[in-house]
Amino acid sequence: MSYFSDIYKGIKTLLTGMSVTGKYFLTSRKGAITQQYPDNRATLKMFDRFRGEVIMPHNENNEHRCTGCQKCEIACPNGTIEIIWDRGIDETTGKKKKKIDQFVYHLSMCTMCGLCIDVCPTNAIEWGQNFENSVYDRTALTRVLNKPESKLQPGVED
Amino acid sequence: MNISLSITKNIHDWLFSIMPESVASIVEMVLIGLLYLVIFAILGLFLVLLERRIAAWFQLRIGPNRVGFQGLLQTMADALKLLSKELTGTTKADKFLYNLAPYFVIVSSLMALAVIPFTKEFHAFDINIGIFFLIAISSIGVIGILLGGWASNNKFALIGAMRSGVQTISYELSVALSLLTMIIITGSLQLSEIIEIQKNGWLIVQGHIPAIIAFMIFMISGTAESNRAPFDMVEAESELGAGFHTEYSGMKFAYFFLAEFINMFIIAAIAATVFFGGWLSPFGITESIPWLGVFWFLGKTFVLVFLMMWFRWTFPRLRVDQLLTLEWKYLLPINLVNIVIMALIVWLNLTIQF
Amino acid sequence: MQETTIDKSFKTEPYQINMGPQHPATHGVLRLVLTIDGEIIKKVEPDLGYIHRSIEKMCERDSYQQIVHLTDRMDYLSSHINNEAVCLTVENALELEIPERVKYVRTIIGELTRIASHCLWWGVMGMDVGALTTYFYGFRDRELINDIFEETCGARLTMNYNVPGGLMFDIHTNFVKRIKDFIAHFKTKLPEYDRLLTGNVIFQKRTKGVGILTKEDAISFGATGPVGRASGFSCDVRKHHPYSALDKVTFNEALKTEGDTFARYQVRIQEMWESLSIVEQLIDNIPEGDFRVATKAVIKLPKGEFYQKVETARGELGVYVISTGAKSPYRLKFRSPGFSNLSLLNHIAVGGKIGDLVASMATLDLVIPDIDR
Repeated sequence: MSYFSDIYKGIKTLLTGMSVTGKYFLTSRKGAITQQYPDNRATLKMFDRFRGEVIMPHNENNEHRCTGCQKCEIACPNGTIEIIWDRGIDETTGKKKKKIDQFVYHLSMCTMCGLCIDVCPTNAIEWGQNFENSVYDRTALTRVLNKPESKLQPGVED
Repeated sequence: MNISLSITKNIHDWLFSIMPESVASIVEMVLIGLLYLVIFAILGLFLVLLERRIAAWFQLRIGPNRVGFQGLLQTMADALKLLSKELTGTTKADKFLYNLAPYFVIVSSLMALAVIPFTKEFHAFDINIGIFFLIAISSIGVIGILLGGWASNNKFALIGAMRSGVQTISYELSVALSLLTMIIITGSLQLSEIIEIQKNGWLIVQGHIPAIIAFMIFMISGTAESNRAPFDMVEAESELGAGFHTEYSGMKFAYFFLAEFINMFIIAAIAATVFFGGWLSPFGITESIPWLGVFWFLGKTFVLVFLMMWFRWTFPRLRVDQLLTLEWKYLLPINLVNIVIMALIVWLNLTIQF
Repeated sequence: MQETTIDKSFKTEPYQINMGPQHPATHGVLRLVLTIDGEIIKKVEPDLGYIHRSIEKMCERDSYQQIVHLTDRMDYLSSHINNEAVCLTVENALELEIPERVKYVRTIIGELTRIASHCLWWGVMGMDVGALTTYFYGFRDRELINDIFEETCGARLTMNYNVPGGLMFDIHTNFVKRIKDFIAHFKTKLPEYDRLLTGNVIFQKRTKGVGILTKEDAISFGATGPVGRASGFSCDVRKHHPYSALDKVTFNEALKTEGDTFARYQVRIQEMWESLSIVEQLIDNIPEGDFRVATKAVIKLPKGEFYQKVETARGELGVYVISTGAKSPYRLKFRSPGFSNLSLLNHIAVGGKIGDLVASMATLDLVIPDIDR
C-alpha cells in the first residue's frame, strides 16, 4: 500500500512546491527584485559609506586637507596611492614644509580595503559613492586626486 | 492516400480554376508548407519569449523588456544573432551526421505540427491515423538528438544523447498508452473525429477519473518526451554543460532550440485536442463562429504550455535512473490498469455525456 | 570475474571526462577529472590551482592590518568571519582587551554572513539539482543582508570591516532596525524554502542516501562545518571554543547522523535558524562603548606561534601565525575548510552517477578561492 501513499505524498509535495512559485508568479508585478540599472540612475543612491572610489574633497577655496604625510601610501597593501611631494615655504610661518604636488590614485589597483582612509590623520581623503568606473582606456583609472593649483587648507596639521 | 487539404476553400477553388489540377495541387502544397513554416517560426520565437517572461515572473525578475515593445522582438533579435554566427564544429566530428542531426529534429517537429487541428477548417493533414502518426513522428526527433550527440565527438554530448535515447524510448510507451486510453472512448484515431465526439463533453469529462489519470500521465511523459525539465537529462546544464548540442552553434543550435519549444507546443496541443476538446468552446458558446475555434485551441494549448513551464521552473531534475524508475515502476503499470478501467467504463456505459 | 572468454570487441572500458574548469556545477574554476563507466563514477580527481593567488605568501609581506583585507578574497562568502579570524589572532597575541560592543557587532555580522552564505548555497544547491528558481529566492534574501552590510561596512562582499583592535568604524544608525526587519522577513521566507525544495519528492529522491560520509571518515578527512556535522561529528567551533560574543548566547549545534547529501542540506537549513536566533539574542543588547581600541600604527606581534580558529559558513578556518617579532608574520598558514571538504569528494562520489556527484558537490558548498587561496 506504501506504493500508492508514496504517489499521493509525492504529488502533494510537488503541488506544495508549485504553490510557492505560483504565488510569486501572481505577485510578480510588484515583487521584482532586480533593478533596471541604467534606467534607475536618477533614483539609485548608494549608501554614504559605500566604497566606490577614493576622493579628496576640496573646499570652495580650492583647498584640500592633505599634508603629504604619506601614511596612506604606507598603509595601502597594493601600492594604489603614490604621493609626489615637495618642500615648500609655509606662508604663515615662513618655515619649510612638506606639501603635495600630486596625489596619484590608481583606481585599477585599489581593493577598496579602506586602510588609507582609516589611517589618514587629517581626513583628507574620503570614500566617493561613484561606482561607474568602467572606462575604455585603463590609464583613465589613474587619477590625480588633488585639483590643479589646489593648496593645503590652513590650520591642518598632522 | 486519403489526404484532404482543407485550409481555405476559396484559395483552393481559385487555384484550381486558374491552373491544371496537378499543378494546382503542388502549388497548394507549397503554399501550405510555407504557411506552416511561418507558423512554426513565429510560434517558436513566441514560445521562447513566453518561456523567458514566465520564467522571469516565477523568479521575481522582469524578463526581456528592451527590444521592441515590452521586449516582444527580443527573440527575433536573438534569432538574427544566431543566424549571423559562425557554424563551428569539432575537427574529428562525423561531418555528415553532424550536419544532418538538426534537420531530423526540426523536420520531425514540423511534420507533427501538420496534423494538429487549429480549428475546424484549419487542418493541413487530417489523416485517419492522426494520433498514431503523431506518436510515430515524435519518436523520430530522438534520432536527431542521438546523431548529434554521437557525431559531434564530445563525451558530454554523447552522454546527453544516450540519456535522451533511454528517456524517449521509455516514455514513448506512456505517451502512447495514455492516448490509447482516450482512444477507447473515441474509437477513432482521426483527430477531427476525436474533436467531433467531444461535442458531447470534453474527453476529460467524459472519461472522468481514468481520463484525469491518463491526462496526468500524458503530461508527465509528454514533458519527458520533449526533454524539458524536470526531465531534461539530455541537457542537464549543471551536469553536462549543454548536453547533446554542446558542439552546435549558430543556426544549427537554433534548430535544436526551436524544435524543443515546438515539441512542447505539440505535446500541449495534443493534450488540448484529446483531453480538452481542441478548438471546441466550452458548452458550444461560440459554435456559430467557427474561426473563434483557433483562439480556443490556442488558449487551451497555452494554458497547458504554461503548466509545463510551471513544472520546469519549480521542480528539481530527476536522476537518470529515477527517470526510468518513474516510467517503468509507476507510470507504465498505472497506465495499463487505467486502460482496463477505461475499457470497463466504456463497456458499462459509465461515461459522462451531455 | 574472468574475461578470457569474452570477445574483446565487446569490452567496455571507463573513460575520462573533464568537468571544469569552466563548468556550471563546479562553481568557479575547479577542474574535476572524472573517470566514468557510462554514468557511474569510478574516480574523481580534483585539479586545483586555477585561481591560486599566493595569499599566504603575500601575508608574509604585508603588515597585520593589511593581511585582514586579503582574507576577504579567500572565502568571499564569509569574508567577515575570515577577517575576524585574523583580527582575533592578532588581538590574542597582543593580549588586547576588546570592548564588548565590538564582540557583539562582530558576532552579529558574522552570523548574518553565515545566513547570507547559506542563502546563496541554498539557491545554488537548488540550481545544481535542476530547480532554477531557488537561486533567485535565495539571492533575494541574501541581498537584504548585503544591504545591511553595505550600509554599515561600505561594501557588500569584501567588507574589511574588522581591524586588529576592533571595527573600522561604528555601526550605522539604521543597523539595528534593518536587522530586525530582516529577521521578521526571513522568518516568513525560511519555511518557504522548505516548502519549495526540502519537501519536494524529487529533491529528496535525489539527495537521500547519496554521497554518504561516515563519522569516522569525516574525522579522518578533516571535514568540518556542516559537512562534518551532518555525519554526526560535533565540530562547531562556536560551541566548543566560543569566540567574540558567542559565549553569551544559547544555540543548538545542528547535528545529523545520516551523513548523506540530504543531511548536509538539513544541517545548513537548521543553521540558518540557529544563526537567526543568535542574532535575535544579541541585537537588542549591543552594549554602548568604544568600537575600537587603539593599536600601534605598526603592529608587531611578540615572538612565537599563534593559532586561532573560527567557524566560517563552510567549517573551521584556522589561522596559524609564526612571528619573529617583525611587522609582518614569518609564516602564516590558513587552514581552510573548503580544502579538506574537497578532499573527500572522491570518497563520497565514487559509485554514484554524474547527477549524484553534482548533488553531493553542491552540499560540500565549495568556494574555490578558499581552496586555492
